Amino acid sequence: MNSRLLSYTIANSLSMSEHLPGAHFNKSETKGLYEPHGSVALGESTERSSKHNREVAAAVPQFQQWRQVANQVKRYVIRNLDKLLAEFERNVKARGGEVLWAADADEANRHVMRIARENGVTSVVKGKSMVSEEMELNHHFEAAGIRAVETDLGEYIVQLAGQRPTHIVTPALHMSAEEVGRLFSEKLAEPYSAEHQHLTNVARRHLREEYLRAEMGITGVNFALADTGDVCVIENEGNSGLSCSTPPVHVALMGIEKILPGVDYLPLFLNLLGRSGTGQKLTTYTHIYGKASPGKKFYVIIVDNGRTEVLRDPAAWMSLFCIRCGACLNACPVYRRTGGWAYGWVYPGPIGAILVPHLVGLDKAASLPFASSLCGACGEVCPVMIDIPHQLVHLRHRATSESTPMNSFTERLMWKAWAWAMVRPWRYKLAMGVVKLGVRMAKFLPWHPGKLGQWTRGRELPRPPAEPAFRGWWRRHGKQYEQSEE
Amino acid sequence: MSIPGQIAPRQDDPPYQSGEPVALFIPCYIDQFYPEVGKACAELLRQQGCPVVFPEKQTCCGQPAFNSGYWDEARHVVHQFREAFMGQRWIVCPSGSCTAMCRVFFGHVDGDEELVQAGRRVFELTEFLVDILGVTSTGARFPHKTTMHIGCHGQRELGLTDQPVRLLQSVQDIEYVELPNIEECCGFGGTFSVKMAGTSLAMGKTKAENILSTGAEVVVSPDTSCLMHIHGIMQREEKMKHIRAMHIAEVLTQR
Repeated sequence: MNSRLLSYTIANSLSMSEHLPGAHFNKSETKGLYEPHGSVALGESTERSSKHNREVAAAVPQFQQWRQVANQVKRYVIRNLDKLLAEFERNVKARGGEVLWAADADEANRHVMRIARENGVTSVVKGKSMVSEEMELNHHFEAAGIRAVETDLGEYIVQLAGQRPTHIVTPALHMSAEEVGRLFSEKLAEPYSAEHQHLTNVARRHLREEYLRAEMGITGVNFALADTGDVCVIENEGNSGLSCSTPPVHVALMGIEKILPGVDYLPLFLNLLGRSGTGQKLTTYTHIYGKASPGKKFYVIIVDNGRTEVLRDPAAWMSLFCIRCGACLNACPVYRRTGGWAYGWVYPGPIGAILVPHLVGLDKAASLPFASSLCGACGEVCPVMIDIPHQLVHLRHRATSESTPMNSFTERLMWKAWAWAMVRPWRYKLAMGVVKLGVRMAKFLPWHPGKLGQWTRGRELPRPPAEPAFRGWWRRHGKQYEQSEE
Repeated sequence: MSIPGQIAPRQDDPPYQSGEPVALFIPCYIDQFYPEVGKACAELLRQQGCPVVFPEKQTCCGQPAFNSGYWDEARHVVHQFREAFMGQRWIVCPSGSCTAMCRVFFGHVDGDEELVQAGRRVFELTEFLVDILGVTSTGARFPHKTTMHIGCHGQRELGLTDQPVRLLQSVQDIEYVELPNIEECCGFGGTFSVKMAGTSLAMGKTKAENILSTGAEVVVSPDTSCLMHIHGIMQREEKMKHIRAMHIAEVLTQR
């Protein structure tokens, strides 16, 4: 692997966040997670998707085995990134494609801008790419005076609205058809309609012109195949296909973890990704590109941007297994209520909560691992069996041990006192007596401080019973239970 | 949840021999706030002919500190657990969440082999009754419309499936109604309930609405901690005030 990949710097891709509503990562550090801010549309859509995903998975008897195999393949891939990426690079080059390496978002942006300059690009069409979101690529295009248009319908809507995607697969999940109708009539001067077919037709008509005008197409990569040097892009709308093939230059952006050993492994992952992402057996289009058409150019940019940093933490490596299906977002009861923006950066939901702290630095994303009730729904649906719930507690431990905003002296003091009380039965009884007294007294207080107030803002406190604790009762009556009746 | 290489299997081999003592692990909040649950637990085990013991040195499984990230503090407490239950072959706990802490997470806090083994000997109550003792009915009678919330840790960390439902359905005269979206989290999540209270409450309200929609008079769970949160919310809602919350052990001992 290119040695530059190992040098890690926090991407300054965060620096432009303040231009966008819903992205206040640096300012208030994911404050939005504390309260439900998600739209009704988001809650309903994710619940529907999640149910649908479960039904589709349940219809395949060997689905759980698929997950296990995929997990094993990913173990192999992440352990052999250096070899596989080098093999991929050789094979792309052998067919005339160019491979560029980017240690961080900055370097990736410089590559793209250089390619644009060299090819005289003034207009770009973009298929969906999460790496380009990490790079804030659209802003870099804007700054360079290049027109860049998102062609995935959801991304197009979000771009027109001047927002950030709220979901990694379905970016405009938070918007209703009515809102999209109003947006189109305002920004595209189209007559208002909330009818789905009509809205799709409007977008289609506007986007066709963009494909024909663009000198460069940008796409993400779902899977890169080391043994052939192909990249695989899957989609439902045909927009990625048009973005790759219509303009004279195609730039594919991929994270280093997108590599697979070879085409033999592709069917397994296509089966899992479609089902877990959108509840489809297979997405409508599966494109495999390895070579530019005559007279055209093909570039692959392989981006690290914090990914190798994950490997520093032995407990975290499975977060690099992610194939960006979004199943954990749909399944997560917290995501459903807060929405994607609350997580503050590109990747929301449970996968964001365990991945972003590595990609941008734990000190900048320390509260993300706490945005979970640890219900485990994410781990249950993950098609590559990432141990998300366990990584969440692991990162909580790191966040409270290292220098982060979540490392609170007063909270540690509280837990120290708690631990002091819990290691001797007499101290336990004393402490519990105080707690029970406190709970009884709380009824008479007009106002409850701190965490107690957080409980009682929407819940009654449990009523301490008049009778003694179980252990008191056992001392008197336990004897009769110690003998078997038989 | 079974992750290859990360499974913390329960130690249910060799099988339970008649007359082997069963140690009760009564979680701290049940001990202090819901002693009836502990009594029902002891009663159920006695009915099955198990000699019951209660190691008095027990305090807490360490989960609150562990889930909050304070593992050093949790470490002291889990070792207290190991000491208290030293030499116990079968440990039964009326909480899926505390059982998961013991069986799955002790190893995260400390790799100490004795500690990990102690954790693997802990069983959730309904799991012990159904899987280990082979109980199909406890002979209880409970003539009420009842629904059930199964805690997430029981379902996803321990792999609890229909054990609690089967026991509940075996109760005489009970009218069991399945809760819509039964697999969904109630939003309690330990310190999550006060650290991210707004989101926790929003989740709890959905759960409470679902319970109300079943028309049940009683909501039952193998996890009292979830009930503390759900019932706390329902007591604030006029239309839900009448719904009682009971641990499954309390229902299974009704006559």
